Amino acid sequence: MDTQQQRKERLDRGIKVRTDGLYALMGWQELGYLTLPRLILIVGMLALPLLMPGMYWQRVITIVCIYALLALSFDFLAHFVGLVSLGGAFFIGVGGYFSAIFNASFGIPPLFSIPMATVSGAIVCTLLLIPCLPLRGVYFAIVTLMYPLALARVIEATDILGGTDGIMGIDSFSNSWVEQYVAIVLVLLFLFGLRRLVNTDIGLVVRAVKDNDQAVRASGMSVNFYKAGAVFIASGIGCLGGACLVHIYMWAGISLFALDFSILPIAATVIGGSGTLVGPVLGCLILVPISELLRDFGTLRIVFYAILLVCFVVFRSEGLMVYGERKYHQFERWVKV
Amino acid sequence: MSDQPILEAKELTKAFGGILALNRVNFHVNEGEVLGIIGPNGSGKTTIVNCITGFIKPTSGKVFFRGKNITGKAAHRIADMGVTRTFQIMRPYYSLPAYKNLVIPLFSPRSKRTGGWRGGGKLGDRNTVGIDILEEIGFERDSRVPYKMAATLPTGYLKRLELARCLALKPEIILCDEVFSGLSMSEIASMVPLIERLQMDGITLIMIEHRLRELFRVADRIMVMNFGEKLTEGTSEEVMADSRVKEAYFGSEEIEEVMTYA
Ligand SMILES: Nc1ncnc2c1ncn2[C@@H]1O[C@H](COP(=O)(O)OP(=O)(O)OP(=O)(O)O)[C@@H](O)[C@H]1O
Ligand SMILES: [Mg+2]
Repeated sequence: MDTQQQRKERLDRGIKVRTDGLYALMGWQELGYLTLPRLILIVGMLALPLLMPGMYWQRVITIVCIYALLALSFDFLAHFVGLVSLGGAFFIGVGGYFSAIFNASFGIPPLFSIPMATVSGAIVCTLLLIPCLPLRGVYFAIVTLMYPLALARVIEATDILGGTDGIMGIDSFSNSWVEQYVAIVLVLLFLFGLRRLVNTDIGLVVRAVKDNDQAVRASGMSVNFYKAGAVFIASGIGCLGGACLVHIYMWAGISLFALDFSILPIAATVIGGSGTLVGPVLGCLILVPISELLRDFGTLRIVFYAILLVCFVVFRSEGLMVYGERKYHQFERWVKV
Repeated sequence: MSDQPILEAKELTKAFGGILALNRVNFHVNEGEVLGIIGPNGSGKTTIVNCITGFIKPTSGKVFFRGKNITGKAAHRIADMGVTRTFQIMRPYYSLPAYKNLVIPLFSPRSKRTGGWRGGGKLGDRNTVGIDILEEIGFERDSRVPYKMAATLPTGYLKRLELARCLALKPEIILCDEVFSGLSMSEIASMVPLIERLQMDGITLIMIEHRLRELFRVADRIMVMNFGEKLTEGTSEEVMADSRVKEAYFGSEEIEEVMTYA
């Protein structure tokens, strides 16, 4: 071995299997190459609750999942539809209050109140956002940011929906395992669902709306219709998170409109890699526990948080997943010469 | 019924702030006709296309398609009626392969109804139909060109792609905004038969061009624009004989030169 020279070789491992949906699977190896990352993700997510040391950390996993739903919704809207939304708090609040009302006032069990809140929340959010759809970039972002602030103040001032006390007496999930696995399965479901959606023909149109809306209009399709559809999906995912959250806390209050729900998903997307959909989920898995660990530091944790973000933006602005995907597809190895 | 023009503009006016990009322009196109629109830069040709296809709202005046008032309708509704356009500055989906560029228009309600250019009311697989259209428009099927990223295609193919997007809707009329400009002589030579074939297929065409020689080969009638106003209209000979046209283009120089160099 000593006498043999070695050279670093770079291979583009996935070139055959990656060619535009035409899968030329040559054997188990390549099948494994394609499915392994998905498998690791699914098994890893499902195993998480079992690996947690106690109730406290199991709860953190659930919260991670709620944020992951928001991050998915943000990444989908920002990267594929071209609408930068700061509406995390808006969606969580609307979905949360709906589920709270359905459950606490009408006695509808969580199994039904959550899907009902998801749909009615998505309808309300979409209707409120439709007038803003022609706005681009920062203007849409500002409107999505104003709604939760306004709604929280309205509830506070008019004392409706329990006012500052919030709505109490909401049913919880039957036990913490159900709670965690509902959240985890939902994240996986929407992660793979969205990934599939953006690669269908309708997803192609939605992405075209972002890149080239004039051409879409010239093709006889309403840009605002597709934007509204995408907002419906994204706000639905957010409202679902909110609906789950009120059953986790057994309480709905104006803190559902807290800005954390808008900001953290964006940070998670930056860290995880925007446009990958998996990245934002990964980002939440990193960020939410960190912010839990830093809870002892009180408000000082925002500083850690900010430093982490700045580092990511400056040094690895493409995000973990984009970096990881590239390294996975294009790996290096030592070969004998 | 048959003497009704397919498209008619009445007193079309568009003001951008102070400047009148269009000033009381009247014209019509008959079914199956090729109308050429020429005029110096900034004379309002693209504005005509934008006003007709709903991309901008005219300040005043009306547009009729088959006798129906379509003034101020949304762009996608006008395209849905079969009034399609190309863009002077090409707007392909750069990050998609050429054939995927057609999957998007083929997703439109109109394509679903009509089945695309050759579709008899039934839309097949969008990828296949897309490649079929590309082949007819001059993308060699057996080459790799239809599968190449739009961003890597030369101008000639991008101009064809603009036309292909219209064809995916099975258009009644195409408003072509300078499909010849930026092309080499040989590329234009191969585009001309294509335009003739579109006309034979019964598609009405409005062609805005600076390349007069090639335009005159395909156009039945020419309309000349100058400073947002219609200067004159007629056959190519009539128009070229008009001294006002020469003046608009070149002061008073010979129009033959336009035909050579434009
Ligand atoms: N969106 C706009 N805002 C303001 N002015 C505009 C706008 N679009 C066009 N104009 C003006 O209207 C006039 C006509 O423009 P138009 O693009 O229709 O010319 P054109 O005949 O297509 O020229 P070209 O041959 O260069 O394409 C020009 O003076 C132009 O500056
Ligand atoms: Mg023009």
